[in-house]
Amino acid sequence: MEYITLPKVENVLSLNRYVNKKPANGTLYLTATHLIYVDTSAEVRKEIWILHHHIAAVEKLALTSMGHPLILHCKNFRTAHFVFGSDWECHEVYVSLLKLSQPVRPEELYAFSYNPKSSKDDREIGWKMIDLKSDYKRMGIPNDYWEITNANKNYEVCSTYPPEIVIPKVASKAIVMGCSKFRSRGRIPVLSYFYQENNAAICRCSQPLSGFGSRCLEDEQMLQAISQANPASSFIYVVDTRPKLNAIANRAAGKGYENEDNYTNIRFRFIGIENIHVMRSSLQKLLEVCEMKVPSMSDFLAGLENSGWLRHIKTIMDAGIFLAKAVKVEKSSVLVHCSDGWDRTAQVCSLASILLDPFYRTFEGLMVLIEREWISMGHKFSQRCGHLDGDPKEVSPVFTQFLECIWQLMEQFPCAFEFNELFLLEIHDHIFSCQFGNFIGTCHKEREELRIFERTHSLWPFLLQKKTEFRNPLYKGIAAYGVLHPNTLPFSFQFWCGMYHRFDKGMHPKQSMLNHLLHLLNQQVKIKEDMTHLETKLPNLNVLSLEDTCIQPTTESALSKPLKNPLPDTPWSCDQLPPAQFPNGSLTGEGDALPDLAPKQKQSVFTSSQPAGSGTKGQHQEEICRDCESRLSSTKPHNL
Amino acid sequence: MEFAELIKTPRVDNVVLHRPFYPAVEGTLCLTGHHLILSSRQDNTEELWLLHSNIDSIEKRFVGSLGTIIIKCKDLRIIQLDIPGMEECLNIASSIEALSTLDSITLMYPFFYRPMFEVVEDGWHTFLPEREFKLLSSVTKEWRLSYINKDFSVCPSYPPIVTVPSCIDDEALRKVATFRHGGRFPVLSYYHEKNGMVMIRSSQPLTSTNGRRCKEDEQLINATLGPGKRGYIIDTRSLNVAQQARAKGGGFEQEAHYPQWRRIHKSIERYHILQESLIKLVEACNDQSHNMDRWLSKLEASNWLTHIKEILTTACLAVQCIDREGASVLIHGTEGTDSTLQVTSLAQIILEPRCRTIRGFEALIEREWLQAGHPFQQRCAQSAYSNSKQKWEAPVFFLFLDCVWQILRQFPCSFEFNEHFLIMLFEHSYASQFGTFLGNNESERCKLKLQQKTMSLWSWVNRPSELNKFINPLFEANSLVIWPSVAPQSLQLWEGVFLRWNRSSKYLDEAYDEMINIIEYNKELQAKVNTLRRQLAELETEDGGMQESP
Repeated sequence: MEYITLPKVENVLSLNRYVNKKPANGTLYLTATHLIYVDTSAEVRKEIWILHHHIAAVEKLALTSMGHPLILHCKNFRTAHFVFGSDWECHEVYVSLLKLSQPVRPEELYAFSYNPKSSKDDREIGWKMIDLKSDYKRMGIPNDYWEITNANKNYEVCSTYPPEIVIPKVASKAIVMGCSKFRSRGRIPVLSYFYQENNAAICRCSQPLSGFGSRCLEDEQMLQAISQANPASSFIYVVDTRPKLNAIANRAAGKGYENEDNYTNIRFRFIGIENIHVMRSSLQKLLEVCEMKVPSMSDFLAGLENSGWLRHIKTIMDAGIFLAKAVKVEKSSVLVHCSDGWDRTAQVCSLASILLDPFYRTFEGLMVLIEREWISMGHKFSQRCGHLDGDPKEVSPVFTQFLECIWQLMEQFPCAFEFNELFLLEIHDHIFSCQFGNFIGTCHKEREELRIFERTHSLWPFLLQKKTEFRNPLYKGIAAYGVLHPNTLPFSFQFWCGMYHRFDKGMHPKQSMLNHLLHLLNQQVKIKEDMTHLETKLPNLNVLSLEDTCIQPTTESALSKPLKNPLPDTPWSCDQLPPAQFPNGSLTGEGDALPDLAPKQKQSVFTSSQPAGSGTKGQHQEEICRDCESRLSSTKPHNL
Repeated sequence: MEFAELIKTPRVDNVVLHRPFYPAVEGTLCLTGHHLILSSRQDNTEELWLLHSNIDSIEKRFVGSLGTIIIKCKDLRIIQLDIPGMEECLNIASSIEALSTLDSITLMYPFFYRPMFEVVEDGWHTFLPEREFKLLSSVTKEWRLSYINKDFSVCPSYPPIVTVPSCIDDEALRKVATFRHGGRFPVLSYYHEKNGMVMIRSSQPLTSTNGRRCKEDEQLINATLGPGKRGYIIDTRSLNVAQQARAKGGGFEQEAHYPQWRRIHKSIERYHILQESLIKLVEACNDQSHNMDRWLSKLEASNWLTHIKEILTTACLAVQCIDREGASVLIHGTEGTDSTLQVTSLAQIILEPRCRTIRGFEALIEREWLQAGHPFQQRCAQSAYSNSKQKWEAPVFFLFLDCVWQILRQFPCSFEFNEHFLIMLFEHSYASQFGTFLGNNESERCKLKLQQKTMSLWSWVNRPSELNKFINPLFEANSLVIWPSVAPQSLQLWEGVFLRWNRSSKYLDEAYDEMINIIEYNKELQAKVNTLRRQLAELETEDGGMQESP
């Protein structure tokens, strides 16, 4: 790999966030895809893996008494603080990381070299897992009013839309083509979500090119068609998610917003979500607060307020709620746009879907939703996430905000989502990781050009494999809640410590209720297995003992009972590793219910062969190593 | 009946009650000596019973002949009563005002309350110092019980029995008492069995500006240290405040006279600063017109969470000294009845698993708050809606409960009790049918004959039917020291109390029930599988027996 001049540096210090803790000493490796830091000073081998694509900024600081510091700020909000023994080492690593973290060509992205050793078929199945057509079918589309057309099959309507779009049946080709000339970048009104219960629809588009008082008959007809597709309502809402001032400013460039007089029965509203630049700087301010060394309570709260972050989250949430209410309560359709209709519009439309439809609160539903409203409708992931060396002004945490809105909802409705916080964090990791092809590029057309579907893998099957750790134990099922009505008073919004301080474990609750409950659920599965096992054995034994007394009860049967932990009060919940992850049934804490039912001798065989505490940990360690190996090996081809 | 003259109108019909998240209820309003009762004529709606002592303030408004009384309670709830007829409304308002501000403690409800439940265990005798001491004396002989204060003459705010170093006699104690503010000589608060270190508490020494010293005081304090050991004095006041205290006869321990001790100053706020903080916070929580910026700015300006952070930090410091540094600590502020007790009690919760059980926590409150002379009567006389500017009201105990909640939130599996238990204690500390939190110290409680004339809160709480509500289903005994994070990011507004009346908790309650379901189901399964296994084991042994016999 041409960029890596120093693949291994020894005696690198890793500074803890907390000044009073002793820094770790270890070895830093650079591979084609990761920076790996192995802490050799710790008793237990500790590793930090940082994907090059996760590095947002590398900072070389002035020499200190400890050595030459290098700070990495990561897109998943990890901050790593290394100190090198020599300036030369520090500089070499610095230069390498700068290049590695900002590839120039898409082909350099991880996804094109990532090889999970799955077959070609698996890859194809993986890409087909999310099928938007079946989602539309679930909504009840096509129907009398809406149809799925391939009007955009050669991207002649809009280069950033997918080939297949859902539009009103009555919208002729002429209307579509005419309308596309009047909408910024040809992003005409298309269906986002159809609320089957009352025929109201949420549609999305970009701003009209209405700047100098110009109007467009086909555009007016298109809105009329959307309105007619919901006969029960006499009007549709047109929601411009921008602040009014921004929209007016756009008029000078020939763009702008709909003139209510030109359209029949529209109700026009501004929502006031700020643009990507404001959001970027808001996050920047938030992160500055997070990086303060020892903030006082006032520093933190004032910083939080000053960043405006939660205000923006609330505005987005309010907008989503407005949409959901319009559809549910007023039974009227809504057309949503911002400027280009790929940032704020995506946030608001997808949030409304989640509020309205419990399906989008399931694993599958959220994946479909992200695929439908973000990936396929041309949210510019590549630029917003800064995958490649490019314009830093295009980077913005738009998708992060969407995930945070979901998290805020999960806080208010703990039983309404099938997944837990970790699922959101994992998705967030992967919009930047470029390990999978889903978020590479900016729109469907570009992904086709990059041959993403042939050359890379899809994230979704990979996530589903880990479903058990991502599930929400409190989930009450899809039927438990209909439309969600979240509270949007300011005090209902929390700072998301799990996201922005994800790697500062010291700040998190030391015992996790989630882990505890997941552990119980795993235990239930285990107990049920045992129960079936025992139930089948009981009558057998009965029969056997009656028929032939010489047959001994088999030792295996006793051994196959779950291990009894000899240390009943092991404080596993203080441990970093939830016992729920141990696969072999050695569930800690299980033993307390059963004192001495298993024959003592047999149990001692166990305890001697596998000391409970250390055994499980070692095992977990081993898993990590195996995982590392597979990840390393997958990068090898690239190395050569 | 002595309240008759205060009740001008005992009963009004057609009164409408408005509460957050409930439909309005129309019914009959009745005033009794201790309660405001509203009962609707429908059978299915519950009645409102409000203790007069729970009322913090009332406001009245008139529109035509319809009067409205807004009642703000010490548990932070706000209710509204629409009363037809101006005269009735005025009468009701003035009656409530009079009944909720009775001067005499003996007129309070606990003296009239007759329990409807059978007392299984008299809470007044549940936590006796002698019994607690038995545990201690089984591990160390270095401490003894002293009855020097049995008539409350040495220290009016101490209990009759205190634990002091065995080598210090009562005569010395008497001298030390004259050297400490309010006679609060250093006593044992906590003995850390793991390493024999102790936490003692007192009030400030009366060194005053001329640097007065007291040999016996120095002896007493040094007696708590092992040979060659050093200890820490944690003064809960800033150095500045402590220095200023000298002008009023108070002060702090001079290094020169206490060479084995290192003094650390922390700054925990007191009195009206805390009370104002509470008032501001509750005001911010109740104002629903705030936008995000205003809310965050008000939350910040209230400083409530700053106080929480400060108190927890100091408690952690004490724990660090004891558990990590292996040193004993002395904790005091000025009087040693407020911030001192916050620190000593929180430190014990962090250090001692027993204090995280229900019994242990009750014992802690009994020991470190009631016996230790926290002036509940004064501090809890008014809550967040008070207008009176009396300087001795302060949410000191409330802050302590909030701190416990913060630790509970960070260690959801380490406490035997749940959030409801803490909320219940908050409510009863401000208004209660029980005598437990009446009076300012043991001496006053004795004079009031609370044990004979009122019921103890613990008699009620500790019955299984009540306890059930307060048990944390996630509890698993954890013998470790539980270090809370005091980073601002880790501390949160206690929603269960501050937003309790401002937002529906329906979905959170459902989550709690769901959690219980999972845990119960798990137990059920476990029990079933155990039965099966036992049956199998029995069959197996029968088998084995049959094998051996031939």
